[in-house]
Amino acid sequence: MADALAAARFAQSLRLGDDALILGQRLGEWAGHAPTLEVDLALTNIGLDLIGQAQHFLGYAGELEGKGQDADGLAFRRDVYDFRNCLLVEQPNGDFARTIARQYLFSAWQLPLMQGLAASADRRIADVAEKAVKEIAYHVRFSGEWIVRLGDGTAESKRRMEAALAWCWRFVDELFESDPAEAMLVEAGEAVDRAALRPAWDAAVDAVLAEAGLARPTIGRGVTGGRAGRHSEHLGHILSEMQFLPRAYPDAVW
Amino acid sequence: MYTTELSATPTRIAAAEGVEDAARLAEFDARVAADDFIEPKDWMPEAYRRTLIRQISQHAHSEIVGMLPEGNWITRAPSLRRKAILMAKVQDEAGHGLYLYCAAETLGISRDEMTQALLAGKAKYSTIFNYPTLTWADMGTIGWLVDGAAIMNQVPLQRTSYGPYARAMVRVCKEESFHQRQGYEAVMALAAGTPEQKAMAQDALDRWWWPSLMMFGPPDDNSPNTAQSMRWRIKRETNDELRQKFVDVTVPQAEALGLTIPDPDLVWNEAKGGYDFGTPDWDEFYAVVRGEGPVAMERMEARRKAWDDGAWVRDAAMEHAAKQRSQRLAA
Repeated sequence: MADALAAARFAQSLRLGDDALILGQRLGEWAGHAPTLEVDLALTNIGLDLIGQAQHFLGYAGELEGKGQDADGLAFRRDVYDFRNCLLVEQPNGDFARTIARQYLFSAWQLPLMQGLAASADRRIADVAEKAVKEIAYHVRFSGEWIVRLGDGTAESKRRMEAALAWCWRFVDELFESDPAEAMLVEAGEAVDRAALRPAWDAAVDAVLAEAGLARPTIGRGVTGGRAGRHSEHLGHILSEMQFLPRAYPDAVW
Repeated sequence: MYTTELSATPTRIAAAEGVEDAARLAEFDARVAADDFIEPKDWMPEAYRRTLIRQISQHAHSEIVGMLPEGNWITRAPSLRRKAILMAKVQDEAGHGLYLYCAAETLGISRDEMTQALLAGKAKYSTIFNYPTLTWADMGTIGWLVDGAAIMNQVPLQRTSYGPYARAMVRVCKEESFHQRQGYEAVMALAAGTPEQKAMAQDALDRWWWPSLMMFGPPDDNSPNTAQSMRWRIKRETNDELRQKFVDVTVPQAEALGLTIPDPDLVWNEAKGGYDFGTPDWDEFYAVVRGEGPVAMERMEARRKAWDDGAWVRDAAMEHAAKQRSQRLAA
């Protein structure tokens, strides 16, 4: 039981860290290429917040795992099948609308998740979550406002925003997937039941979509798998770029 | 990050002055000579205004184009700590660009006009950003040398005669100094690392040394704007004086790292209390100023692409703001 609990804690930290790491990596691709300087600053700022979260969660995961891996070891020495991020965060940046759709759907989910985790019985998780909540509240505001601007902007921006939401919506269901290990942590007061976040998320997203004059996309079956290490084709490319130096110079300390 | 005097043709600074009010000019000259700050609503000679617009906007453009060589390595930074440091740095550069565009706008030009001048290739930016970043060591080396040169140039600009520029420089210098130390620390890690890492650091120093010296601009005997800029206290020290200071400060830093400066003529000169050093390849410098640097076309293409691809986003933001305004008026 103690082992199962330890494994569940490790799985949770890894999931939280991988989500933040991969999305932070994606946002880093925008640096110098955004539509305005202010947006450039904002995207890098959000990316930086996420990399900070990844450092904390992966660092803790490394301790829980007990194999001597620090955050960098976990970030740079695992292959695709060991990553536990959701599929949404590994989606390519696409145009600005797609980046914004991905950001808003994710941040609107991450906010109540971290708010819940800030009360976790696991103090380490609670401390990181508490700090993250402040950052994520800003991410939600920034991306939500852009959903409205683009949805309620020109005909072209509306068309692009609709297409972007349709692209990302397939990956929403996965955010609310739970598993027995997590249920055990929820029982222990250390985790948030992700399935239970859905009604509040739906309400928040619907309000923003309504303000933007956008319809909620209708899709069939959601695409899932990230939490089990079954990723899209994109993650391998992200990792080969991200991990090149530590892989090429395994003895180096940077 | 940095700007210097880059205009290929000397501006005819004195030409317009004959027609300007002699009394106001005398008063202006006296204020500048007394190290008073000139503020946006103060009278100033038209040539002073033009020179400042050119210099501050070039400086702003340099910050923006300068995001690209470093942004090139964000996704490949070898540790999460280094990645975070690099992202924070690139973010600060965007912020410096914003301060500087604001400072230039106080002189009566809009950010849009300045951006269009950059994209049309009419406005310059620092030559240094037309060199490629080939390895991770370039990130530390740019922090160390390029930010180091920038600081050397910008510290005196904190006392430049135009108040908004001077105040922007105070903020910029604080942040740049922080990144410069982080850059040096990143090179320290390489120099103290594996033989491959040390070789990487040496290679980066070999490639960035001379371009960094060129950041101070052409030699004094071929620097047409220097004399007037110094009289106006826009510039406080000459290009060659600043370059000498930079070499004197940087050589011991390289020695501390166990790295070699790629200059066979570099030698300590006891009599002058500074280093003698070789001559930068000025032909290369002028070619880079003309837009013929190794990655000049890539840099401009990236800026134009960001601008063009972002047009629909800016249009949407304007349209939405207009709708909001008209809704408020109707309410």
